[in-house]
Amino acid sequence: MNLNTSFTQLENFGHSLKASSYRVRIRTTEDIYEAFQLAKKLGLKVTARGTGISYNDASLNGGGIVLDMTGMNQFLEWDPASGVVRCEPGVTLEQLWQCVEPYGWWPPVVSGTMRTTLGGCLAANIHGKNNFQVGPIGEHVTEFTAMTPTGAVITCSPKKNADLFYSMISGLGMLGIFTSITVKMKRIHSGLISVDAHPVSNLNRHLNDLLEHAPDCDYIVGWLDTFVRGQHLGRGQIHAARSLKAGEDPNAEQTMQLAYQHLPDRLFGIMPKSLLHYLMRPFVNNLGWKAVNAAKYVSAQRKHTFRQSHAEFHFLLDYVPDWERSAGRSGLIQYQSFLPKETAEAAWREIIELSIQRGCPSYLGVTKRHRPDKFLLTHGVDGFSLALDYKVTDGNRKALSAMLQEFDRIVLEAGGRFYFAKNSETSAESARRFLGDETIEKFRTLKKRCDPNNLLESDLYRRLFK
Amino acid sequence: MSDTFPAADVPRPAPATPLNPRRRGLIIGASDGLGAELARKLAQDGFSLALLARRRDKLDALCAEINAALNERRALAYVHDVAEYDKVPALLRKIVADLGGLDLVIFVAGVNYPPGGIDKYNFDNDRKMIEINLIGAMAWLHPVAEMFQSARAGQIVGIASVAGDRGRVGNPGYNTSKAGLATYLEALRNRLTRHGVNVLTVKPGFLKTGMLKAAQGATPFAIEPSRAADDIVNAMKKRKQVIYTASIWRWIMLAIQHTPSVIFRRLSF
Repeated sequence: MNLNTSFTQLENFGHSLKASSYRVRIRTTEDIYEAFQLAKKLGLKVTARGTGISYNDASLNGGGIVLDMTGMNQFLEWDPASGVVRCEPGVTLEQLWQCVEPYGWWPPVVSGTMRTTLGGCLAANIHGKNNFQVGPIGEHVTEFTAMTPTGAVITCSPKKNADLFYSMISGLGMLGIFTSITVKMKRIHSGLISVDAHPVSNLNRHLNDLLEHAPDCDYIVGWLDTFVRGQHLGRGQIHAARSLKAGEDPNAEQTMQLAYQHLPDRLFGIMPKSLLHYLMRPFVNNLGWKAVNAAKYVSAQRKHTFRQSHAEFHFLLDYVPDWERSAGRSGLIQYQSFLPKETAEAAWREIIELSIQRGCPSYLGVTKRHRPDKFLLTHGVDGFSLALDYKVTDGNRKALSAMLQEFDRIVLEAGGRFYFAKNSETSAESARRFLGDETIEKFRTLKKRCDPNNLLESDLYRRLFK
Repeated sequence: MSDTFPAADVPRPAPATPLNPRRRGLIIGASDGLGAELARKLAQDGFSLALLARRRDKLDALCAEINAALNERRALAYVHDVAEYDKVPALLRKIVADLGGLDLVIFVAGVNYPPGGIDKYNFDNDRKMIEINLIGAMAWLHPVAEMFQSARAGQIVGIASVAGDRGRVGNPGYNTSKAGLATYLEALRNRLTRHGVNVLTVKPGFLKTGMLKAAQGATPFAIEPSRAADDIVNAMKKRKQVIYTASIWRWIMLAIQHTPSVIFRRLSF
């Protein structure tokens, strides 16, 4: 096999990081075994990659072998009666919800885009807007199988090989490669979801609103105007949503049809949305986006309740195809911090103030409500998360980098955590501080057991754990 | 270099992040002269570099100098003789892994053994020049071209010479090696441009390096290698195809190339 002709330039989701690797296409468990053997022979490191939706270097392995898992995407079992799906790791959330929705089921946890693969979802242990109610996706996995670099295929569940179950999920693909995943779906009684939208006028009200509304709803998410400082800092809009109960939707049979769930692919019926990101570019700067944020806040003043399809509610990031390209040539990054409810307000006030003061405002702020979980490399807290998107330019890299280091200090001092699918600049020292020496030691011990030759290494692993 | 598993875990350069991006470059023939100047400049420009040469001591000193100046591990040293073609694939694989990718390859390695008079011939020397200047380049740039074509990204720079623009009485072997290299680079360019890969041919005149001492006769317009390195880095940024350095050589060589053979073969330079 001539590896040279598989050399591929891979990117992160935000198009802000590029690294070339040898891409090996995987279809079966045997393919993974052969790739391990090849890597051993050549002295190369291996990383699995799904659709490359991480904002950072989680699925990049510059100069090594990247297993392209997107071809290992078959459903193995689907039982519409119990809602249990067993499938290969390359199955995307899009494939998954389209498989189960017509039968009255929905994936228990989904990300903001449906392009993610299940293998990636487990490796990062993703959360959704319902994290405070149902935890991360790992809590809905009943069993999985994974191949370790030794060639062993291990079956794990909360009962069987529990230590590996709770560490491979959240383990960033560094202990083994998932070969099959069994997940329990969530029952739905309608293709629609009831959303309550209302404005909040400052950060204190914003966070209190998330806290107070959470117990009464299934999903909650906040949008935050990142250009406003002072007393209105943190103003924005809350979307609190609940699934409809049986009988609430008289046309349930119809709304659960796939045709009902499709996102429109044209804007105003004429403009193909695939071109929209070009039109957005001139506005994606400090002045233009400040206006967009302000306009959004004004339009958010109307308190209203409405119903929309599950796909429309969950997959906001898929509304504008390739929207992440609108940030331009140097791409974008996301800084997401998870803070306990007691310290969140003060820390985020400092972060947003600092951001505006330094002339590097974030262009998008999104808040969620969270709860802790038992997984080894968890990002869960009893509190909130704030995700801030930043456009990267050749001119702002230095300032942004220095600022994010200060953010890390603020977050760590406030007892916060970071999420390994998002932040790209977290240092090994910051990771050690929030995970704790004991957790890192435990991870290393498991790594040694599953992968004695350190065959599995991503750029993220080298950044954080070496 | 070890070909066995597990490969020694060399300390890699600091990992690239969106806010601390690193392009990765390989310079073949980096221990002194133009190669060393290019290494210094590209490291300043944010590259992580693999530096190849035959002489361990010079290479280590250069890496130490670059890493100290930038206060981080940016340059890695590899001892290699360009004429050992069979070692290239495994070494290239190791370099790409150590650097964490590959975006740029510069082939600088070259030797010049003038025959010592316009009526002297020396096959052994001519053969060495072809083996290093031309076949050495092909041994390295062939797999690199294959990888860059596949990745649809990358940049290749080859150091040819004004000496390749015309066969002259003074040094037929050197002229031939550099003419061959220039033609090879042109062919690569024609193959790779359609795949988004830039190939830059550099034709230096006289550079004030060790090679200059070997040159016989007048050496007009000789420039410091650092100036040539500046020209090359600028041309790389503009993704140019062919440059002369110093730039006056473009006009000189235009005149020389258009000198009719009936006159040229009577000249003694």
